[in-house]
Amino acid sequence: MTTLDAPTFTPSYPADQAGLATPQRLRQKLERSDRAFRGIARTGGTIVLAIMIMVGFFLAANGIQAIASVGPVEFLTTAEWSPETGHFGIAALAVGTVLIALVALVVSFPLSVGIALFITEIAPPRLSRALTSVLDLMAAVPSVVFGLWGLAWLQVVIVPFAKWISDWFGWIPIFTVNGVDPNNPLPNDALYTSSTFIAGLVVAMMAIPIMASIMRESFSRAPVGEREGALALGATRWGMIRRVVLPFGQGGVIGATMLGLGRALGETIAIYLIISPVFTINFHILQNGSNSIAAHIALRYGEANEFGLSALMAAGLVLFVGTMLLNSVASTIIALSRSGAESEA
Amino acid sequence: MSILEQSETTTPDDVETERPAEGPVADEPATVLPRVSLPETAAHEESVRVGYSRDDVLNLLGALGAGLGVGALMSVGLGIIPVGWMPIVSYGAFVAIYTVLVYLGNPGPAVRDRFWTVVLWSAGTAVVAALALVIGFTFIRGGNVFAQIFSADSEQTLWERLHFFTQDMGGVGPLAGLDQGGVLHAIVGTLIQISIAVLITVPLGLLTAVFLGEVGGRFARVVRTVVEAMTALPSVVAGLFIYAAIIIAITRDPNGFAASLAITVLMLPIMIRASDVVLRLVPGNLREGALALGGGQWRVVWHVVLPTVRSGLVTAIILATAHGIGETAPVLLTSGVTSNLNFNPFDGPMTSLPLSALEFVRSPQQTMIARGFATAATLLVLVLILFLLARAIGGQEVGKTSERQLERFARRSRVTNHRIQTLPERLARAVARAEARATSRQRRLTPDPALEPASAQEEIR
Repeated sequence: MTTLDAPTFTPSYPADQAGLATPQRLRQKLERSDRAFRGIARTGGTIVLAIMIMVGFFLAANGIQAIASVGPVEFLTTAEWSPETGHFGIAALAVGTVLIALVALVVSFPLSVGIALFITEIAPPRLSRALTSVLDLMAAVPSVVFGLWGLAWLQVVIVPFAKWISDWFGWIPIFTVNGVDPNNPLPNDALYTSSTFIAGLVVAMMAIPIMASIMRESFSRAPVGEREGALALGATRWGMIRRVVLPFGQGGVIGATMLGLGRALGETIAIYLIISPVFTINFHILQNGSNSIAAHIALRYGEANEFGLSALMAAGLVLFVGTMLLNSVASTIIALSRSGAESEA
Repeated sequence: MSILEQSETTTPDDVETERPAEGPVADEPATVLPRVSLPETAAHEESVRVGYSRDDVLNLLGALGAGLGVGALMSVGLGIIPVGWMPIVSYGAFVAIYTVLVYLGNPGPAVRDRFWTVVLWSAGTAVVAALALVIGFTFIRGGNVFAQIFSADSEQTLWERLHFFTQDMGGVGPLAGLDQGGVLHAIVGTLIQISIAVLITVPLGLLTAVFLGEVGGRFARVVRTVVEAMTALPSVVAGLFIYAAIIIAITRDPNGFAASLAITVLMLPIMIRASDVVLRLVPGNLREGALALGGGQWRVVWHVVLPTVRSGLVTAIILATAHGIGETAPVLLTSGVTSNLNFNPFDGPMTSLPLSALEFVRSPQQTMIARGFATAATLLVLVLILFLLARAIGGQEVGKTSERQLERFARRSRVTNHRIQTLPERLARAVARAEARATSRQRRLTPDPALEPASAQEEIR
């Protein structure tokens, strides 16, 4: 036994030292109101999740009858649509949807990259804030307004251009227009109206705001240090954009493009107003006649009987699954690119 | 001091004095600066200039003029190309001439820089011009209908001339002139549908956003992924879903409520994402401060987090409303088409503005098409108003308090201060009252000491 006035003091430890060394876990005790709050908030999340699951479930439940009656392979490969005779499929619709979306992308991609770079890099601060608002406004303009514009203005203006493309580049298969007689002194303009090309242009207008705003976000995240480094090494502004901003924003650009594609695939009303529906696979984008799944549903739901409606639900299911897949891949890419960029700053 | 710097900032005479003097200290080892015989150079005016030089401006203006000239010459002057092509040709010529002009006086990288600057400016201009064209075209084509509100030689009274907003299309034939009929039924339908949709979307969306931002956890991550996917939900699919879930399964007939539900499905993800973004802007130290003061999570969210981002949340609501108000495809599938006024969302078809615009323009009659554009213009005005409102409110900074808020805080703290100041006397009064009560109770039965402090505390509050 050691006493206080002993020359040395040896501290005594409890026999079991291991138990004391382990860190204690912090335990949080929630109040009753907090538990209720968490429960209610979780319910909100659950309802949203349930709505989304129900969308898929109801489409599948109603569409299964139609798909089962013709078999999934035939449903995906038939171009015609006549549920009354039991002969229908989404081949023409799906190809038309994708073609319209691709035309929209070809037009909207350069414009979106351009305006996104312009906003982040070139425009003076006030102008760039104003342009950001313009993009948001463009996203809020109803699609029926774009559709009306496409129908009444763009279609009239663009026909000579379409004709010019088909005259000069008609030897490329997608620009061919069948039934054109170059020697006809009164050319038939109706051949060039209501085409995939025109629908695609209008859809491009609607894809631009979503693509551009995501690209703008990812460009603005390019680290300042690298930007200044490039400028200090003597790069011009474009050199800096080319070597710093674009590589850093690459993931965002890819993701934004896929989101824009998803938006273009799902667009309904503008296409509904512009195209004249055909049920053959039509790769001639300048030629009258096209189709898309969404517009087809809007056109046909009114006159469909129960089985026809089931077929439309099946088409809607395909569209739903397609856009959801595309969108989740896009979100993943954007999220990955975002986490990479953040590690620097 | 480096020689480079000297050459720009000082004259050669100064350099001379800096050199070590020779002679007296020649035998000692000394650091000798390298002798450089500097060439006589004229002093630079300035080495770095920010902004545009006169050359740049002249190049740009010259190229603009030349481009326009080339376009005009080829279309109007020589007639090689149609007049409609003039803008495109002029633009191409402008870019080409500008690039050549820059190339004459600048090295390669600078030429590329100027070229791409012009291209990016053009992209910005093109997008803005396209949007202006869409909006302007809608207003101009709808103008015929609005013009006769202001026409002086009409026999109708001013109220009658406002028929486009005060009448429905019931009983108006397809051949009726533009002085009859209106879209009151569509305006009412839109307002009812969007109100129901907002009533459902706002609480549910806010709750979900709070769940994502404040509660968190693995389930919240799943929900966030789903919400992000939901933003890309094609509008027609939302319509089909409500058609299958509500109309086929329950009501059998199209009605306004089903349309509101379809709009809700599309507004929810916009609302949730926008609120989620603003909730993330709340500084962490505000939350930590509130927690450290002993607030529970619920109190922190309700009294600190949500008030901090109030303006952002209002913006989110308005933006979601602006998007929801223009949805056409889901309404087309669920609400049915009518030309009569219907105030009951649960019974009978109920048209909305975008839907009636769509129906009008599908008619072959020119008057109907004009009405369609006027309806679209009305819708556009609504959206613009909502949008400007959202901008005006959303302009506030997160965590910044306005004048009125400061006044309210001051008033509240004065009240609190008064309560604190008067605490001793109120305490004394409460204790006296409790004692009086206790003594009166003591006469009747034995006292219960546990009750007394509690009742005293009640009194103090």
